[in-house]
Amino acid sequence: MSGNANGYKWIGTRTIRPDGVDKVTGRAAFGADFALPGMLVGKILRSPHAHARILSIDSSKAEALPGVKAIVTSADFPEIPPSEAIKGSSPPNYRHLSQNLMAREKVLYDGHAVAAVAATSAAVASEALSLISVEYEVLPHVTDVLEAMKPDAPVLHDDLFTGGVEPKPDKPSNVAKRVEFAIGDIDAGFADADVVVERDYSTEGIHQGYIETHAVVANMGEDGQATIWCSSQGHFMVRQYTAGLLNMNIGDIKVTPAEIGGGFGGKTTVYLEPVALLLSRKSGHAIKMVMTRDEVFRATGPTSGSAMTIKIGAKKDGKITAAEADLKFFAGAFPGAPVHLGCMCGFTPYDIENVKAVGFDVVTNRPKAISYRAPGAPIAAFAIESAIDELAGKLNIEPLALREMNAAREGTRTAYGPTLGVVGFEETLEAAKTHPHFSEPLGPDQGRGIASGYWFNVGGESSASVSVNEDGSVTVTSGAPDIGGSRASLCIMAAEVFGIDIGEVRAVIGDTNATAFNRHTGGSRVTFALGMVVVNAAEDCIVQLRTAAAKIWDIDVEAVVWEEGEARPAGDNAGKFEPLSLGDLAAKTPMTGGPISSEKSSNVQGPGPAFGTHICDVEVDRETGHVKILRYTAIQDAGRAIHPGYVEGQMQGGVAQGIGWALNEEYIYGDDGRLQNPGFLDYRIPVASDLPMIDTVIVEVPNPTHPYGVRGVGEIPIIPPMAAVANAIEDAVGMRLTDLPMSPPKVLEALENGG
Amino acid sequence: MSALQYKAPTSVDEAAALLAGASGEARVLAGGTDLLVQLRAAMIAPELIVDVKHIPELTSVSVEDGVYSIGAAAASAELHENADLFAMWPGVIEAMDLVGSTQIQGRASLGGNLCNASPAADSVPAMIAASAVCVIAGPNGTREVPVEDVATGPGQTSLAKGEFVVTIRLPKKAPRTGDAYLRFIPRTEMDIAVVGVGVCLTLDEGGVCTAARVSLGAVAARALLVKDAADALIGTKCDDAAMANLDAAAQAACSPINDKRGTIEFRTKVAGVLARRATAIALERARS
Ligand SMILES: Cc1cc2nc3c(=O)[nH]c(=O)nc-3n(C[C@H](O)[C@H](O)[C@H](O)COP(=O)(O)OP(=O)(O)OC[C@H]3O[C@@H](n4cnc5c(N)ncnc54)[C@H](O)[C@@H]3O)c2cc1C
Repeated sequence: MSGNANGYKWIGTRTIRPDGVDKVTGRAAFGADFALPGMLVGKILRSPHAHARILSIDSSKAEALPGVKAIVTSADFPEIPPSEAIKGSSPPNYRHLSQNLMAREKVLYDGHAVAAVAATSAAVASEALSLISVEYEVLPHVTDVLEAMKPDAPVLHDDLFTGGVEPKPDKPSNVAKRVEFAIGDIDAGFADADVVVERDYSTEGIHQGYIETHAVVANMGEDGQATIWCSSQGHFMVRQYTAGLLNMNIGDIKVTPAEIGGGFGGKTTVYLEPVALLLSRKSGHAIKMVMTRDEVFRATGPTSGSAMTIKIGAKKDGKITAAEADLKFFAGAFPGAPVHLGCMCGFTPYDIENVKAVGFDVVTNRPKAISYRAPGAPIAAFAIESAIDELAGKLNIEPLALREMNAAREGTRTAYGPTLGVVGFEETLEAAKTHPHFSEPLGPDQGRGIASGYWFNVGGESSASVSVNEDGSVTVTSGAPDIGGSRASLCIMAAEVFGIDIGEVRAVIGDTNATAFNRHTGGSRVTFALGMVVVNAAEDCIVQLRTAAAKIWDIDVEAVVWEEGEARPAGDNAGKFEPLSLGDLAAKTPMTGGPISSEKSSNVQGPGPAFGTHICDVEVDRETGHVKILRYTAIQDAGRAIHPGYVEGQMQGGVAQGIGWALNEEYIYGDDGRLQNPGFLDYRIPVASDLPMIDTVIVEVPNPTHPYGVRGVGEIPIIPPMAAVANAIEDAVGMRLTDLPMSPPKVLEALENGG
Repeated sequence: MSALQYKAPTSVDEAAALLAGASGEARVLAGGTDLLVQLRAAMIAPELIVDVKHIPELTSVSVEDGVYSIGAAAASAELHENADLFAMWPGVIEAMDLVGSTQIQGRASLGGNLCNASPAADSVPAMIAASAVCVIAGPNGTREVPVEDVATGPGQTSLAKGEFVVTIRLPKKAPRTGDAYLRFIPRTEMDIAVVGVGVCLTLDEGGVCTAARVSLGAVAARALLVKDAADALIGTKCDDAAMANLDAAAQAACSPINDKRGTIEFRTKVAGVLARRATAIALERARS
């Protein structure tokens, strides 16, 4: 058997991407590629106002237009009372979800859905939208987080009272909740410090920027059984949310996943599916809806922007004594900013005795925020890792060395509760220090920045089956969409357990009827959690295979071992038999008890937390404020890289997105509360020529709870880049930039004002 | 919704007649990289589209006595591959080469860039600096107009109904003349100029600047020909003092807007910076 340096046959090898050929040849079917006979086109009418009361909606003219088959407004959706807002396992707030899907009394942001039509063609549907007249009473709006927190700010929801404060407020406000995580004695910690840094930071709302816009085909059968085809990060999520919003039984909906053209957390909720299904019910036809890019920007998932204050104190020798964060995140139109996650992750790279992190979840007249890779953590890390860099400067200690002195390790208590198990933060710092990049000389106006990041990673409900086919090939069926290479990693793990060639294993993503429940793909959970389930199921199959061999040889099952893809007698005492391969045994199943397969479900625990450390070099054009990324190295503890190529891809992708977040990406609102840049021309994600080749270093400190040591790898890479870039700019020009994005006008202004 | 008519005439006269005869809005189609985007976004709803790419004069490049006649609809990629033209007018060709990506380059034209009349169009300041002239055909024959007089404001041109640009003429280049164009964008490509500066200058044998033209894009409602900026260079050796005067004159000529692409202060300052930098390149080219 061919061997790897790590002792495995397949784990850690760069096998060919199972979905690659179809994707590069354009054959892969994404959300918008599906069609049914007789299907209609659905389109949504959206609010042009940031905040307005809906006085009336008159759709009579649109209904009279030939080719229009159905129109729905919020009146067609069940109203979900506060008492039923929370239902089911790990639920969304269904009341808010429903109000976001289709505005009820008020529209809360530019782009908020108001009505939807189904018509025989896109042209007719567009014309119908223009014939619906909506009477609005425009209200004052607020898109800025600090403005929204002011006592005289326009209030979005008159039933929203700040949670997490005592006594409960008697007036509604835009502050949905306050959270606090603390350990030690923060005041004593600062009293103990020789040096203290304190500064305000801010970040703008930014979009995940997935290439594929949201798309669905939905069909409501005459018998009330519904079928949905769509791309999402969780077809079980789509099924559960749609059922909850339309008061249907979950079992009456089947959702088939399409390939997904990027999600990054943005496809972990529903926007179109329940609307399409309702239009289908009303029209008696299947409905197809595909969002335009403009709709994606105006109405779907940005992540929060923020206003933050960070204070850190340390002894002269570099020991951090106290750290405090005040994080205010805007959630958009409905509560749910990931501010608690920012509070949890921000200081975790460091072993600090006295920590206090307070967060506020604030609603504003913007689209409702949804997850974006490591939700909340990159925002907090921008501020905290900038503050660490500033502290290092004040202490006159090299920033990487300051991190080493204070690094969290096994046994470090986190501010949010758990004590860290086996983690690899120090290993990433060591790898950074010894990387040639770290000591490469810099030229004039060039600077180098270091930043680290932490993400706890996620496990969760996972179901999969493994079946040995009649010819001995193996099919792995799971129910979590493959957004980052999970088919490859599941195939590799199954091939490893069976000891067979990787080409003999296929992984498929089944629909909601093919497996039991799977939590959506997110939080970097699938290779870890589903991987464990698949390994368990494959091991179960091996027991069945040994049993079958024992039956054929008429010996005890204990006397049969599974080695290198075949059943062998355990030793001379077991008897002398020719080994039986997987193919041999598969062909004999009619005589040995039937097909060999195993289906497993589990709520997987013990995801390995992970850390990353990045090095970034920039060059600043002092006359234009333009920042060029010269060199970038991302170092990360992956636990064990099942497929290193995919891990590197995750790292490079996260860095590219983080550099966009750092330099140019932002939601720009006009004074009228309308989004000014709902397209990729003026919402500036990096283009290829903006980035250098991003170097990656995978550090492997195996996660002890996973059979192969996997830690999630998809979130960490987007956490350090914003601070790494800011710290590099500071190193280049001596100017600390505190507000994202660090776009040329801002950099130039800072340079002219001397910071 | 009335049906959109598409015509592809093969002669200048035929095209002029079609455009003049249209009862509603008629549009010339060159590469379509602006027009088709605007059509799809429902920003325009013409009744007639006249594709001029089948008219030989509009897609060919010729040179006579050092004067280049460039078909208004010739694809940028072809201009870029024309080594003699590139060597003669690197500023103009580089400016046009900045437009879009490889795919866009296969279609985008100088005429389309000019007649779309975006204040940020990249080739326009370069053409103005190079003293380019448009040959315009219409129902009443042809006329010649300097490039700076074509666009009158965002999306607006001085072309009359039925008129269109046939060729763009670049004059015979005087000895020791160099041109250059630079733009500022926040990224490295696929972006709209926040500021663009075209410079063309001529030196005497002693290295003194005897003629200069400086044009600014994206800092006003249309590309500007800035005489004060040129005057800052003429009669000098383009030394530091002249460069400082150029910078100040370029800034003084700006009347930009504050928008999502840049602030007034930023655009104004960067116009001065790019004027200096483009001049330095033009100077280098004039000397070699
Ligand atoms: C992805 C992308 C990136 C782009 N990047 C840039 C950029 O970096 N810089 C930049 O300046 N532009 C850019 N553009 C805009 C566009 O590509 C250029 O303006 C291009 O030069 C237009 O040329 P065209 O031949 O495609 O014009 P068309 O789209 O065919 O025409 C543009 C307009 O001019 C009119 N017109 C065309 N030819 C004539 C003529 N001969 N006489 C009279 N009127 C005429 C048309 O009726 C239309 O109104 C970009 C466009 C896209 C889609």
